[in-house]
Amino acid sequence: MASEAVISNGLPKIQAPPAEIEREPLVHNNRSLAWITEQVASVAEGKTPKWWWPAFIVSFSGMLMMFTMIAYLISTGVGVWGLNQPSAWAWDITNFVFWIGIGHAGTLISAVLFLLRQKWRTSINRAAEAMTIFAVVCAGIFPVVHTGRVWFATLPGYLIPFPNSNGIWPQFRSPLLWDVFAVSTYATVSTLFWYTGLVPDLAVMRDRAKTKLRKFCYGLFALGWSGSNRNWSNYEKAYLILAGLSTPLVLSVHSIVSFDFAVSQLPGWHATIFPPYFVAGAIFSGFGMVLSLMLPLRSLCKLEDLITVRHVELMCKVLLATGSIVGYAYIMEFFIAWYGGNPYELDVFIKNRAADPWIFGPMFKVDPAPYWWAYWAMMSCNVIIPHLFWFKKVRTNMWIVWVLAALVNVGMWFERFNIIVTSLHRDFLPSNWGMFSPTWVDILTFAGSFALFMTLFLLFMKFLPVIAISEVKGVTPQADPHHPLGGARGGHH
Amino acid sequence: MSNTTQANVSTGSTTAVSRPHSILAEYTTPADLMHAAEVVRDAGYKYWDVYSPFPIHGMDDAMGLGDSKVGYFTFIGGCTGFTAGMTMIWWMSQYDYPIVVGGKPLFSPLYAFPVSYEMTILLSAFGTLFGMAFLNKLPRWYNPLFKNKRFHAGAQNDKFFIAIEVTDPRYSETETRKLLESTGGKHIEQVEE
Repeated sequence: MASEAVISNGLPKIQAPPAEIEREPLVHNNRSLAWITEQVASVAEGKTPKWWWPAFIVSFSGMLMMFTMIAYLISTGVGVWGLNQPSAWAWDITNFVFWIGIGHAGTLISAVLFLLRQKWRTSINRAAEAMTIFAVVCAGIFPVVHTGRVWFATLPGYLIPFPNSNGIWPQFRSPLLWDVFAVSTYATVSTLFWYTGLVPDLAVMRDRAKTKLRKFCYGLFALGWSGSNRNWSNYEKAYLILAGLSTPLVLSVHSIVSFDFAVSQLPGWHATIFPPYFVAGAIFSGFGMVLSLMLPLRSLCKLEDLITVRHVELMCKVLLATGSIVGYAYIMEFFIAWYGGNPYELDVFIKNRAADPWIFGPMFKVDPAPYWWAYWAMMSCNVIIPHLFWFKKVRTNMWIVWVLAALVNVGMWFERFNIIVTSLHRDFLPSNWGMFSPTWVDILTFAGSFALFMTLFLLFMKFLPVIAISEVKGVTPQADPHHPLGGARGGHH
Repeated sequence: MSNTTQANVSTGSTTAVSRPHSILAEYTTPADLMHAAEVVRDAGYKYWDVYSPFPIHGMDDAMGLGDSKVGYFTFIGGCTGFTAGMTMIWWMSQYDYPIVVGGKPLFSPLYAFPVSYEMTILLSAFGTLFGMAFLNKLPRWYNPLFKNKRFHAGAQNDKFFIAIEVTDPRYSETETRKLLESTGGKHIEQVEE
């Protein structure tokens, strides 16, 4: 029904500006406001699509598997992971940094692009913010469980200032504790921001709800939102302020995560470039994940008119830009390792990372680095792959974009693995050298974190509007009182 | 859908038991709504509001609203957060249980900064959200407008409304209705408490 209504309200035909100066519209096919409501809200209403159940069952089982692995870890000890001396951190912290980085794209889209008045963000910000929260949930699990005795980590005050029987307080001079505050603040503020954005859309769902239960639940969380302009006025100010708060927050979170490494004295970690390099990498990986999720979402939920090819192209361009920053950081880090004149630092880069068996190893006359494949997986996925996005043919082919975005995530996981394991596994004395290899518990826990992420995302799409309905309406010409489609008759104002 | 205004007008005023709450007019485009808001503003009404499924740029001026006060709540939250962070770290590390670690000072605003910075943002965000809810009188459990069928179907979807409350000193059943009619408002109805 609604898909037939092209231009709402039966307004007179309008004089279009010349084609060459017209930007591609954000909502394709000139959809009406009612069409936007219908199309987005119906994803979370009515019959569950057929593909949803198998996807949910697989994800849910994977999530249970992860909790089983965590129970096994806690009941037995961190020895069930492949950790050893010198590699006391490995997949656990790799996964933590990987997931927390994924989250950053959501905040970038919701906050930074909002401040920069990038209107295209409106059709992807809701799902990207949801992704942020779910990624932070996955991230939060690892640093907590990697302490082994989690009851010490949480309640009696290693991490959270909690009055305990020893009367002792957390160590505020440690970046690890700064991280606790950064990540928990990030999780909280992201959730508040997401919820603020959801309120008007929950009111949409409330007014469309057919059953008592749905009316009650949506009504409860919609807080009685009426869409009054006195409310919108405060709401928009609050939204702007939250965007302004989230921007320095998101920059601080991955900076502080990088302090976990950079503040230590370990070669390979002790680098001043880390904060900006981590932030760029986080946004890069996050956009990779946004694309990995959005491309199936737009076609499965028939949202191609809202998440258009232009949106995908713009996201590819963000990947290209942040990928270039990341590539620059890798090369600069390497250069400084040499230019800084610290032999240990240079050894980490050449002997632990870059020396492959065929080119760089023979070139520097050193043995191949034990993890050379991890380093070059990172380099090819993060430095070379994004440059394919220079080509419009690549950016507009959804299958290629999906594969490349997935490779970006592979590369970014390897980046964190490289930073952590290749710096740790060879200590200053060769007697302290050792290799890290993951156990099945490591692998299943990490795989399970993806399942947890997907479970949460599938539940989100089942019950909440995946696209910010009111925000998308706000960027259509029908919403602009000075546009003929918004009812402007010219001459006035 | 009925296009006759007359048919809908009668629904409101017939029931004698309930008290009237406001008079509601519907518009089809944001431009119509904005022009109507300007007219209502210039007529000097105080207790009235416009309703739209998305914020309309320029509507605050059209209604004659001032700048939103949410920022004050943010500021109070932020100041509280920063002070709380610094004080907490000083109290825990220097006063309550001082432990020297690595010869570093017991308290320094530098190492206390990252945590205080996060606390600033955290409490600013709470201040913003709660401030917004407070100013908007949310959560609101009952709203007479929601009982109106046209409002219920359209206000969050693709229709635009003006509601003028009967408590407004300038309200008059005939004059206010005329004013809304003159702005092109359709389906003008009275909404009951």
